[in-house]
Amino acid sequence: MKFSVIVDALPHLLGAAVTTIWISLLGVMLGQVIGVLVCVARQSGRRSLDVAGGVYVSFFRGVPLLIQLLLIYYMLPLIGIDVPPLVAAIGALSLASGAYVSEIYRGSLNAVPHGQSEAALALGFSAPTIWKRILLPQAFRISVPALVNELILLLKASSLISVVGVAELTRTSQTISASNFRPLEIYLAAGVIYLAINSALALFGALVERRLAQG
Amino acid sequence: MDSNLLVQYGPALLRGFGVTILCWAAGCAIGMALGFVIMLLRQIEVKPLRWLLRAYIEVIRGTPFLIQLFLLYSGGPAIGLRLEATTAGILGLGIYGSAYFAEIFRAGFQAVPKGQVEAAHSLGMPYGGILRRVILPAMLVSTVPALVNMMAILTKETVVLSIITVPELMYEMQTMAAETFASFETILGMALFYWLLVEAVSRLGRRMEARVTRFLSHPSNARA
Repeated sequence: MKFSVIVDALPHLLGAAVTTIWISLLGVMLGQVIGVLVCVARQSGRRSLDVAGGVYVSFFRGVPLLIQLLLIYYMLPLIGIDVPPLVAAIGALSLASGAYVSEIYRGSLNAVPHGQSEAALALGFSAPTIWKRILLPQAFRISVPALVNELILLLKASSLISVVGVAELTRTSQTISASNFRPLEIYLAAGVIYLAINSALALFGALVERRLAQG
Repeated sequence: MDSNLLVQYGPALLRGFGVTILCWAAGCAIGMALGFVIMLLRQIEVKPLRWLLRAYIEVIRGTPFLIQLFLLYSGGPAIGLRLEATTAGILGLGIYGSAYFAEIFRAGFQAVPKGQVEAAHSLGMPYGGILRRVILPAMLVSTVPALVNMMAILTKETVVLSIITVPELMYEMQTMAAETFASFETILGMALFYWLLVEAVSRLGRRMEARVTRFLSHPSNARA
């Protein structure tokens, strides 16, 4: 063990960690949008939408992320869209997290008392307004712990996008350890950085949760 | 996909599937055994030991599986731990799973009604007997859904082993894709295959769950 190796590599690793963080955040935010849309579509009462949403959720939760990533990476050029690896990676992460997020929202929606939407309906609220003003805000509050958990999971999963050559934390660790032959130190450092980010996220999640509980 | 390709690469893919199943089964077994031991050790009221186990679980759950694999496989030789890719893969899967299994077992352990343990104690049962005859059966029933879920997750994690060159299905598939340039078809086929595999593991698990918990729905056991 030589700690000087870690000190030398630290600026690069931290820079790469920033890439990891923003890719994960972007993935979770797009996933959030997809998840809400899929969830609303599945609850809309149209059978075709429900089935399509169900297949989407089942596929992206059932197929390993690495395969989804390669699938998107190789599929887009095939239909004429030549994308840089970064876009394919963010796309894969968003689609995967969208599937999980839609399930999280589905669970939270069930926790919103049914009487509320009935009451809103009786008061003459339109369906979009009921979603926007009554169901989604409450579902969001209920699902905050699960969403933070999802962000942590996605941050860990983002290590897989190193495979398509995106220079995030894992990929950068690989590159550095391949050039200085010190994989033990470098991967330890990378692990500690991941752990630190995730602990910070968990702490932040607990804070937000407490804030929302106060109303 | 060209059917000739399947004839040519079929044996390799089958062999890869065998390695996938081997890694999965061995990884699950190691993970559960280790997780169970960790859960038992966590019951001991020694502060440093508790901190250590808590840290172990937090570290494993807070870092990506891929980084753990790299540490074990590429970082291992620096401290004299020279492992073959498959061994490292199985061990890595086991260690990764152990932290999650330990938490599942802990939840199951806490869910056993205290009164049952006290009752067994007052009847003069030794602790080993209480563990085997009272705690374990109750734990098994309450933890099965979570265990099955974790096993399905580990099925998906086996593909990550391809990155450290474990010759499992994903690795063989990528070799085939690289040699034949039929990347997209191969990966699509593989996606569908894993979809079915994970679905099968979950289905099988649900069946096991129904079997283990069948007496719970028996009218004479129904709770008011």
